[in-house]
Amino acid sequence: MSETSTTPRYAPGTHPDLPPPRRTTGALGWVRMNLLSSPLNVALTLLSIWLLWTILPPSIHWLFTGAIWTAVDRKECWALMDTPRDGACWAFIRGSFELFVYGWYPEPERWRVNLTFILFVAAIVGALRENIPGKKYWLIFAAAYPFIAAWLLLGGFGLEPVGTNKLGGILLTLVVAVTGISFSLPLGIALALGRRSNLPALRAVCVIFIEFIRGVPLITLLFVASTMLTYFLPPGSTFDLLMRVLIMVTLFASAYIAEVVRGGLQGLSSGQYEAADALGLSYWKAHRLVILPQALKISIPGIVNTFIGSYKDSTLVLIIGMMDILGLGRARLNDPDWLGLAPELYIFIALFFFISCFAMSRYSLNLEKKLQTDYKS
Amino acid sequence: MRQKTTAVLSAAALVLGMVGTAQAGTLEDVRDRGVLRCVVSTGIAGFAQPDANGVWGGFDVDFCRATAAAVLGDASKIEAVTSTGKTRFTKLNAGEGDVLWRNTTITFSRDVSVKLRFHGVNYYDGQGFMVKKDLGVGSASELDGASVCIQTGTTTELNLADYFSSNNMNYEPVPIETNDEARQNYEAGRCDVYTTDASGLASTRSALPNPDDHMVLPEIISKEPLGPATRHGDDQWSDIVTWVLNATITAEELGVTMANVDEMKGSNNPEVRRLLGVDGSQGSELGLSDDWAYQIIKQLGNYGEIFERNIGVNTPLGIARGLNALWTDGGLIYSPPFR
Repeated sequence: MSETSTTPRYAPGTHPDLPPPRRTTGALGWVRMNLLSSPLNVALTLLSIWLLWTILPPSIHWLFTGAIWTAVDRKECWALMDTPRDGACWAFIRGSFELFVYGWYPEPERWRVNLTFILFVAAIVGALRENIPGKKYWLIFAAAYPFIAAWLLLGGFGLEPVGTNKLGGILLTLVVAVTGISFSLPLGIALALGRRSNLPALRAVCVIFIEFIRGVPLITLLFVASTMLTYFLPPGSTFDLLMRVLIMVTLFASAYIAEVVRGGLQGLSSGQYEAADALGLSYWKAHRLVILPQALKISIPGIVNTFIGSYKDSTLVLIIGMMDILGLGRARLNDPDWLGLAPELYIFIALFFFISCFAMSRYSLNLEKKLQTDYKS
Repeated sequence: MRQKTTAVLSAAALVLGMVGTAQAGTLEDVRDRGVLRCVVSTGIAGFAQPDANGVWGGFDVDFCRATAAAVLGDASKIEAVTSTGKTRFTKLNAGEGDVLWRNTTITFSRDVSVKLRFHGVNYYDGQGFMVKKDLGVGSASELDGASVCIQTGTTTELNLADYFSSNNMNYEPVPIETNDEARQNYEAGRCDVYTTDASGLASTRSALPNPDDHMVLPEIISKEPLGPATRHGDDQWSDIVTWVLNATITAEELGVTMANVDEMKGSNNPEVRRLLGVDGSQGSELGLSDDWAYQIIKQLGNYGEIFERNIGVNTPLGIARGLNALWTDGGLIYSPPFR
């Protein structure tokens, strides 16, 4: 037979692997497998292509190719287009960009804001990177960062004082969010431990606090901060508004963090507590060395979720008249020279929030993977 | 007991180190601080808005600046205490602001129950209607069956319902939340009519791609007199705010402008001489310097100039004087005499 002469013969079990069938590999195979594997998928693929075809070109035209980047007012901007609203008028955002970033922070002092931001990045990286030399000092620096930032931003002790009413835009958003996040974590852990404590008085206080804060909307607390607290203070005295808001935002976030951490604490098997006791560790040592590292690891997704939530909730301060990035942007919408550019503004703000929230959620995924020591395959 | 509580609270507040104290005399407070704090809006086109550098401007803000010019001699020494419609009165009453210039309608309950003192009207507003010209409607009485974009939970909603039912007409409400949302809906044709205060209609119209295709109907269906307010209990300060407003109006009545104010100091008209502090001692009677009104007009101009610069026909808003013309021109703007 001619077959035997062209096909090499192999001993049983030694035949090399054949390449997979051509129709299941490469780009074509991927398309067949993922996009066209069933009549329903074919229909969905066609629908998606049609949607992209109708949405993408006009969006790209509006966002980029038809957009105007330099103009003195909206009239000029629209005059430069074929028809008004044909493209985005980014000149509006560009012209107010510094205001959106720094708010009313005095111009000669803006290096302090930049420095605060650089130190912020350094503190984050230093505290979160695992294999960084001098880790202990980085952690101390990160813990001290909020106070360094407060000194840099508000001045005193050798720096020109700057009132809290000069903060605005992205700077104010970050101040509210970072303060809320960084102070709510320790406070939340303390509340969670308090809620599981054996001391009835302590437990009652923590439960009442957590349930009260969780039972009230953040807007209500902000209104209390902005309007009602002034009635409790002696007449004529004013307690800085930003301070009041920061306290409320922190308390609000800490109640949620407490519940997330409590979930982590309850997720640990009681064997861990018993093992720590058996080693003769005191309450604090047991928690620091055995319980909390594990409980916090389980809680990471929930904690980051709460962080992202409170980061976005910080825009609610606009309701009490504070000029965070959203409030300031909406105020700028009322400039008679630039009326009617709400889409541009809201896209810009959405982009800002998307970038920061997406970074946070990616980082938390990364952290989860790194700390993964359990028995999942 | 109460005193003790107050003392404890004060001590606590002092320890917190965040306390500024205000005495009864607002004028002294402002002088000591060197800055006038005005409660203004978080943004109403033409009335209060920050420019690209964050400097506040607008019709209401200019009156705030006029107050600063009268009290401190410098129109730039203001601090804008931004407030929403919900927080404005508490901010004023809690002493976070010295005076409120914030597009605020004078009503009985605000005057009496909220314990404010109003000082006259700097803008007569009222609810109006805007329609597309090609709708072929010339009067609000022809709006039977129209769909109307309306801000929910405001007095405009109630005024609208009253107006349509008293004229035996029907309408279909399209509820919206903000001015921008209203403009988008109106532009997209989801409602035939947009109704809000006439000044808001002007700014909405100017932001449309083709403003000339739209018109504001002549009917005004509500009274919205907007004016400045101060707290109860400081009569001297109340007088100052009242007469700052009156000084700008009197200056327009007498033809004193930013350009000719120096020249007018040599005028023979006794009222001009009293206004500008050449004769008489009206400034010191108010507790101000005698050139207080001169400073206002020199730095900001008279009522008409402030109006035209911020919201007048040559601005993007293009609001005609209308009710806000001087009484001698058929409007309602009127100042008691400087005597």
